[in-house]
Amino acid sequence: MNFDFSDDQKLLQEQARKFLTDKCSRKLVRSVLDNNNNQYSKELWQQVVDMGWTATAIPEEYGGLGLGMLELCVIAEELGRSLAPIPFSSSIYIFAEFLKAYGSDEQKKQYLPKIASGEFIGSFAFPETKGSPRANNLNSKVENNKLSGKKLPVSDGQVADVLIVAANSDNNQNHNSLSLYIVETNQDGVKEKLLDTLDPTRPSSEIEFNDASCSPLGEKGEGWSMIENILNRAAVLFAFEQVGGAQVALDEAKKYSIERYAFGKPIGSFQALKHKMADMYVKNELAKSNAYYGAWALSTDSMELPVAAAGARVSATDAFHYASKENIQIHGGVGFTWEYDCHLFYRRSKLLSLNLGSIRKWKENLISNLEKRNIT
Amino acid sequence: MDFNDNQKEADFRVKVREFLDKNAKKRASSKSTSANAAAPETLRGKEAQIKALQDAKIWQAKKAEAGFAGILWPKEFGGLGGTPIEQVIYQQEELNYFVHSGYFEIGIGMLGPTMMVWGKDEDKVKYLPKMLNGEEIWCQLFSEPSAGSDLAGIKMKAEKDGDEWVLNGQKVWTSGAHFADYGMIVARSDPSALKHKGLTYFFLDMKTPGIEVKPIEQISGSSNFNEVFFNDVRIPDSQRLGNEGDGWKVSLTTLMNERLAVGDPAGLDFDEIFEITRDLEVEDGLAINNSEVRQKMADWYVQSRGLKYTKYRSITALSKGQTPGPELSISKLVTASKMQDVSSYALDLMDMGGYVLDEQNAILNNVFQNGLLFSTAMRIAGGTDEVLRNIIAERVLGLPQDTREDKIKPFNELPSGK
Repeated sequence: MNFDFSDDQKLLQEQARKFLTDKCSRKLVRSVLDNNNNQYSKELWQQVVDMGWTATAIPEEYGGLGLGMLELCVIAEELGRSLAPIPFSSSIYIFAEFLKAYGSDEQKKQYLPKIASGEFIGSFAFPETKGSPRANNLNSKVENNKLSGKKLPVSDGQVADVLIVAANSDNNQNHNSLSLYIVETNQDGVKEKLLDTLDPTRPSSEIEFNDASCSPLGEKGEGWSMIENILNRAAVLFAFEQVGGAQVALDEAKKYSIERYAFGKPIGSFQALKHKMADMYVKNELAKSNAYYGAWALSTDSMELPVAAAGARVSATDAFHYASKENIQIHGGVGFTWEYDCHLFYRRSKLLSLNLGSIRKWKENLISNLEKRNIT
Repeated sequence: MDFNDNQKEADFRVKVREFLDKNAKKRASSKSTSANAAAPETLRGKEAQIKALQDAKIWQAKKAEAGFAGILWPKEFGGLGGTPIEQVIYQQEELNYFVHSGYFEIGIGMLGPTMMVWGKDEDKVKYLPKMLNGEEIWCQLFSEPSAGSDLAGIKMKAEKDGDEWVLNGQKVWTSGAHFADYGMIVARSDPSALKHKGLTYFFLDMKTPGIEVKPIEQISGSSNFNEVFFNDVRIPDSQRLGNEGDGWKVSLTTLMNERLAVGDPAGLDFDEIFEITRDLEVEDGLAINNSEVRQKMADWYVQSRGLKYTKYRSITALSKGQTPGPELSISKLVTASKMQDVSSYALDLMDMGGYVLDEQNAILNNVFQNGLLFSTAMRIAGGTDEVLRNIIAERVLGLPQDTREDKIKPFNELPSGK
C-alpha cells in the first residue's frame, strides 16, 4: 500500500508552503479584497509563474514541465491554504485541462505554451443565469463561426485572455447541440463587466459576446460530456484547495481559542468549543482522505474518476464550509468583523463550493455514477 | 500512489493465504461479515457458546503453531517478531474466512504486552505461551459502575495484608469475564493519595474464591459484557505488576496497545442501505430515485469511503515503517453515529413495517433493526463520542484541559455523587 504522495511531491509541497507564507501574506490577499480595480495580485501571479507552477502539468512539447497531476494537487492544497488571489484554477485546472484533453495539436501549440508561461490567462464561460446550467437556459449560440450570447458569472472573466465558451452549435437548443469554442477576449465582439460577488479576492465578470470570432474545441455537440469530464478533473484540484483552506480555518480557530480567555480560562478549554474543533478535525481528515483517492484516480486516469472526484468534492465542500463557519463562531464578536481574517475563509469556502456546481449537484453526480458502476 | 503490496508484503500475504486456505473455510464474500454475523460469544444458548469457544481454541492453537497468533510478539514468547504491516495483512486476510479470534484479542493485543513490560521473567514464561495458543483466556478488569469515561476514578479497594492483597468492590463492562481464566485488574490501594497516584495493578486467577461473574443483558438482548463482584478476594503480592501506586502507569501500557482497527468496520454501512433503496418504494417510486434519499446516501458514502481511505493512509505509514498519524482517532466516532443514522433512516424507508424485528419478515434479515439497537452501545463502549472528541481536541489538536480538581486534591476528598 502506497496511498501517499512521493517524497519529491512532499518536498514540492513544503517549498510551496514556504514560498506562499512569504509571498502571499494576508495583507496581499486584502490588497485585492479592498481594491476593486485589483482583480488579482499581478505580483504574486508573476512569482507563481516564475516558480513554474503554471507549467507543472502541461506536457513538455507544449512548453510545460510535463509533471503529473499529483504535483498539481499538492500545489492546489497550498494555494487553498494561503487564499492566493490569482486566477490559477481558471487558467490551469480548467482551461489548460480542456486544451490538453480536447484541443487539436494546432490549438495546443497556440495556447498551452502561453498558459504555461503565464503570458495568457484562460478561463471557462459556462452558466448564463440563476440556477444550474441546463440545455434550456443556455442561449449562447454560434452561427457562421460567430458567437453571440451573454455569460454570467465567469471566474476571472475580466482578466482572461482566452476563454472556453459553451454555446449551441446549430439552431437547436438541446442536449445534443452544446459545443465548446475557444474565444480570445481581445476583440470587438467581447465585452466584460466586473460583477460584485461574495468573494472579491477571486472576482468574476459578466461577458457579452456579439458576433465574436471563435474556433471549435473538440467534437461538435459533445459539450456536456466534455464539460463533465473536465469538471470532474477540476473537482479533485478544487478539493485540495478546500482541504487546505479548511485546515487553516481550524488552525486559526484553535490558536484563537488558546489565546482568548473568558471566565478565567482559555475558551479552548471549554468542551462546547473543543467538540466543535474535534468535529472540524473529523471532517477535515475525511475530506483529505477522499481528496487523496481523487488524486489517485486523477493521476492514473482511472475509470473511478467520476465517483472519486464527486466523493472528494462533496467531502471537501462539507469540511471547508463547516470549518469556515465555526471558525467565525469560535472567534465570537470579532469573528464577523472586516478586520479579522475569518471572513476571508468563509467567503472563499462558499465561492469554491459554488464555482464548479453546488454540493447538492455533486451528491447527485456521486449517486448516479455509483448506479452506473453498479450496472456495469 | 498505488494500493499494491511491496514485494515483502506480497510474499507475506501469500504465506498467510496458504495457511488460511489449508486450515479454514473461506467466506463467499468478505461482506458476509455483516452486523448479523454475530460474534460467537454473543450466541444465544449455552451449548452453542461452549462449542464456539472450543472451535476458537482449536483455531488459535493452529495459528500459534504457524506463528500467526502473535505477529507482533517477540520470538522469545512464541511470537513472530513481525511488523505492524504484517499484522494488518494477516487481519485483512483472516476476515475472509469463517474463523473467530475475538476471544483472544484483549489478551494477546493488550494484556500480554503489559506482562512483557511489567511482569517477572518466571511469570512471562509461565503465562505468555498459553495466552498465545488460546489455552488460557485473559480479561481486562478496568471499568467500574462509578468509573467509565473517568477510568482513573475507580474505587475497587486493594488492602495489603502481609504478603497478600485483599480486593473488595465491583468491576463492570468486562468482556469475556465469564469464560476467562485470568484477568488483569487495577484497584485503589491508597484513597488518600491523588486520584492517579493511589492505584495498583495486579493479575489474578479468575477462579480465586470471592469472584462472582454476572452477564449484563444489553439493549439488543445479547450479552457481551459482565459485572464482576469481588468479595474479600485474596491474591499474593507476587501478582502485582509495577510498584504500589504505579497502577495508572501500568494501565496506560495496556491501553496504549489497543490495536489498530484496520478491517472494514463490521456492521451495516453504505452498501447495505444502497442495496435496499433499490428495492423499497416510497411515495414517488423506488427510494433510490428520490432526491432526498440520494442526497443522504451521498453523505454516508463519503463518510464510509473517507474512513476507508483514512485507514489506507495509516496502513501506508505502517508499510513505510513509520508510526501512523492520529488520523485513525476519528474512526469509531464516525462509524458509530453513521450506523445509528443509516439504521434509523432505513427503518423510515421501510415505513410502517420498519419496527418488525422478526428475521423472516424484516428486510436483509433485520440488520437495520439490530443496527438501531447495537449502535447505541457502539457510541458509548470503548470511549463515548464525547470522550473521543475530548481526546481529539486535547491530544491531537493540543487544546488545553479543563481545570481539574481531581488532579490537585486527594481522591477521598473529591465529591463523588451517587
